[in-house]
Amino acid sequence: MTVPLTLLGLLEREPSHGYDLKRDYDALFGRGKPLSFGQVYATLGRLARDGKVVVSEVGPGEGPDRKRYVITDAGATEVDTWLTEPVEPEPHLQTTLFAKVTLALMLGRPAEEYLDTQRAAHLRRMRELTEIKRGGALVDALLADHGLFHLEADLRWIELTAARLDALAKEVRR
Amino acid sequence: MSIITARDVTLSFGQTPALRGASLTVEAGEVLAVMGPSGSGKSTLLHCLAGILTPDDGEIHFDGRRLDTLDETARSALRRDTFGFVFQFGQLVPELTAEENVALPLLLHGVRRTAAVRAAREWFPRLGLDGLERRRSGELSGGQAQRVALARGLVARPRVLFADEPTGALDSLTGEHVMDLLVDSAREQGTTVIVVTHEPRVAAYAGREVVVRDGKVHSLAGEPVGS
Repeated sequence: MTVPLTLLGLLEREPSHGYDLKRDYDALFGRGKPLSFGQVYATLGRLARDGKVVVSEVGPGEGPDRKRYVITDAGATEVDTWLTEPVEPEPHLQTTLFAKVTLALMLGRPAEEYLDTQRAAHLRRMRELTEIKRGGALVDALLADHGLFHLEADLRWIELTAARLDALAKEVRR
Repeated sequence: MSIITARDVTLSFGQTPALRGASLTVEAGEVLAVMGPSGSGKSTLLHCLAGILTPDDGEIHFDGRRLDTLDETARSALRRDTFGFVFQFGQLVPELTAEENVALPLLLHGVRRTAAVRAAREWFPRLGLDGLERRRSGELSGGQAQRVALARGLVARPRVLFADEPTGALDSLTGEHVMDLLVDSAREQGTTVIVVTHEPRVAAYAGREVVVRDGKVHSLAGEPVGS
């Protein structure tokens, strides 16, 4: 869902060729998951079909691409709506981790050990993100921070759950 | 190679047990995070490892030498000459200027005043504290004071830096700046760091973490260390 809108956003900045769009997308948003050229052109094709972009000219450009894409008013409106609307806060009320802990307690398994293993995995990932942050540009730091804060929130839940395991065990074993 | 080893350390405050058989090995040059909930015994463990507190039972070795059986004079010399400390609230001496605070461990070490202050001054641009050398602690922000405390902890090139919640009193951004400087400076001079923290984002700066729970040290595989 965000790839077409992000490409549209890049086009609102300036008209661009598919090749340049891919390069900018990968540099800012790709982070280990670059877009394939096929995905870029297929997305641009759909955006053109839906009237969100038009091809302004066919001529020389960087790379093999010759089409220059320009955002339309409809496309700009879509970008504006997307940017202004808040992202749906996900309540995560039924996470895998919650299910694992509850089941472990029901089955008399060592839930605390599972939580410790999860804590180690979370901290490992946080270490990786911290390294990325320390060595990278501000954009990298911002992305890494987003991940770090989410992982930290999970860890707080893990801490709290670990402290409540006895009470939780009584409740789920009824 | 291990630099500090604790074996089955126990310590009670009156009737209240704080450590109940804590064991831990710290490798030379590593940055180790000691995590755990409030009251778990993590700060008490740090104080035992640093020779500030004496365990009721168990052994602590530093660099192959038994630390817990040293008398107070020898332990005091070890803390002064070999260890560095950073605490949550900086704990700078309010009567001294920032540069005098940083120079303090060197002065206690027997370095002459001019040389100590000169060495202390070298830390200020490095930690982004240029121009604050003559300020007293009351004239520094929390982040600035903590960076001064960090310089004081590292100025004598200690073998081990003990940091107890070094970012606990700082906002996230300032705390991260302090951790960046702490880890970079320690790595640069090969100082081993043991940092007690309840904040995962701070622990993520360490190469390894252990959790203190009910007075015992647990690796994150879930097993008590040394069991």
